[in-house]
Amino acid sequence: MLILHCPYCGVDADETELAPGGEAHLKRFGPDSSDEDFEGYLFHRENPKGVHFERWRHANGCGKWFHAARCTTTMEVFGTYSAQLTEPPKEICDKISGKRPGWSWRIFG
Amino acid sequence: MKRYSAFAIAREALRGHKGWERAWASPEPRATYDVVIIGAGGHGLATAYYLGKNHGVKNVAILEKGWLGGGNTGRNTTIIRSNYLQDASAAIYEKSRSLYETLSQDLNYNVMFSPRGVMMLAQTEHEVRGYRRTAHANALQGVSTEFIGPQRVKELCPIICLDGPRYPVLGALWQPRGGTARHDAVAWGYARACSDMGMHVIQKCEVTGVRTEGGKVTGVTTTKGDIGCGKLGIVVAGHSGVVADMAGFRLPVESVALQALVSEPIKPCMDVVVMANTVHGYMSQSDKGEMVIGGGADGYNNYNQRGSFHHIEETVRALVETFPMISRLKMLRQWGGIVDMTGDRSPILSKTPVEGVFLNCGWGTGGFKAIPGSGWAMAELMAKGASPLAAEFGLERFREGRFIDESVAAGVAH
Ligand SMILES: Cc1cc2nc3c(=O)[nH]c(=O)nc-3n(C[C@H](O)[C@H](O)[C@H](O)COP(=O)(O)OP(=O)(O)OC[C@H]3O[C@@H](n4cnc5c(N)ncnc54)[C@H](O)[C@@H]3O)c2cc1C
Ligand SMILES: [Zn+2]
Repeated sequence: MLILHCPYCGVDADETELAPGGEAHLKRFGPDSSDEDFEGYLFHRENPKGVHFERWRHANGCGKWFHAARCTTTMEVFGTYSAQLTEPPKEICDKISGKRPGWSWRIFG
Repeated sequence: MKRYSAFAIAREALRGHKGWERAWASPEPRATYDVVIIGAGGHGLATAYYLGKNHGVKNVAILEKGWLGGGNTGRNTTIIRSNYLQDASAAIYEKSRSLYETLSQDLNYNVMFSPRGVMMLAQTEHEVRGYRRTAHANALQGVSTEFIGPQRVKELCPIICLDGPRYPVLGALWQPRGGTARHDAVAWGYARACSDMGMHVIQKCEVTGVRTEGGKVTGVTTTKGDIGCGKLGIVVAGHSGVVADMAGFRLPVESVALQALVSEPIKPCMDVVVMANTVHGYMSQSDKGEMVIGGGADGYNNYNQRGSFHHIEETVRALVETFPMISRLKMLRQWGGIVDMTGDRSPILSKTPVEGVFLNCGWGTGGFKAIPGSGWAMAELMAKGASPLAAEFGLERFREGRFIDESVAAGVAH
């Protein structure tokens, strides 16, 4: 069972308390963007086998959205952080680099 | 290849079963092939089979990182049906279902296709309307289905509880020629037939890179060395994003875990397949007597073949309400597979940005039923550059907004 720490209310929430919200840090493109950019934003996903940044909502708790960094093969959680951030905090990136040298992500890492 | 037959069984019985041959060869890879298929699941093997059978392309290798059918093909609940809403889906799934009817004879391998009938329960007014609509659409598409009332449901499946506490059974979409087949046998039968045509089925050979030159594919790097090819088919289900990344493009696909479980074997009590999509559970009985059960997929990305425990709880709870007699059954085994979910929940059969690379994926929670039809269409696409059955399933549909939206019609695992 997946357990994530909610950075807002401080609860270690079991996954039945949480609602998954898909890939994090998508760059949003609006109606005036190119078809390629709009397609990428709506549909293309990193879907990595390894380090994944994702959105979660503490649905049956404080109700807030937050971010998590997690490994999709081992289920290891590297950390959770505020939904206000556009990139993961440095300490989480450093932690990931220590455990998964050479990891990468589309826009950072 | 020695053919399997009643005569062969009698002959071998008399000779102490010493004359059975290996079903397929395990060769070392050659330096190059006309076509390389990545992934020896049902879809990869069927693609290779119809490349040889329908198009005469036999210099083919199928590379598999694990073992034959060790992916979703050997992990599914084997439901076969073609009662989809959209014309493009009905065409390819019905082609597939009809190929299943004669697959055992065609492959000379018993895939145990059992057209026992599939019913999808309508448990809300919306579902009643939705399935009536699907039945009308199916009539136009030439797919034989009908909407049946609760009494007929009870006749066909006596162990069902029609007036459950939350969701009474208001009727069902019934496809009498839907059913099940033996999943391993489908993979093994195709592999044996491919091997018999001289194709190389190579297990424990993981593709780790895709080699290109000037935007065109030239081969793959694998754990058994470099292998050249003229054309490449990527047919790796949950790993589609990983292999596409090797070839340098991104996909509208996310990989999630889907689970199934089976009970201890019991006496025959149910000879149809029942799917209850509102409460998210489905069940059939295997020839061994086990109740085969599946439910919903996880909501978040994963590559570990386990799945979340609470889904089992939800599925079992839904099925106990629908079939009260199973409440005391013990569950024997549970497992998970990594399914490839696309943005519109329909599959992708397509050319790709890399010349010579073709993609078959996105069958998600429901591609076992599609194996023969998908292989048929994919082989035509790879051999001729286009296939009527695959035409609507191209990658460009996401950019162009031409979705094949089946999730409204059947938004569940199947
Ligand atoms: C629990 C569960 C229940 C299901 N129930 C049903 C059902 O009732 N009815 C139905 O129609 N469908 C069902 N499905 C869906 C169905 O199983 C799949 O859609 C179908 O089997 C996909 O077949 P495939 O050949 O595309 O993939 P797979 O069988 O997964 O084959 C892909 C293969 O590619 C290999 N591979 C991956 N990466 C590499 C690499 N880099 N190099 C070499 N090889 C590689 C993998 O090892 C794997 O063997 C279910 C799925 C699950 C998980
Ligand atoms: Zn919270």
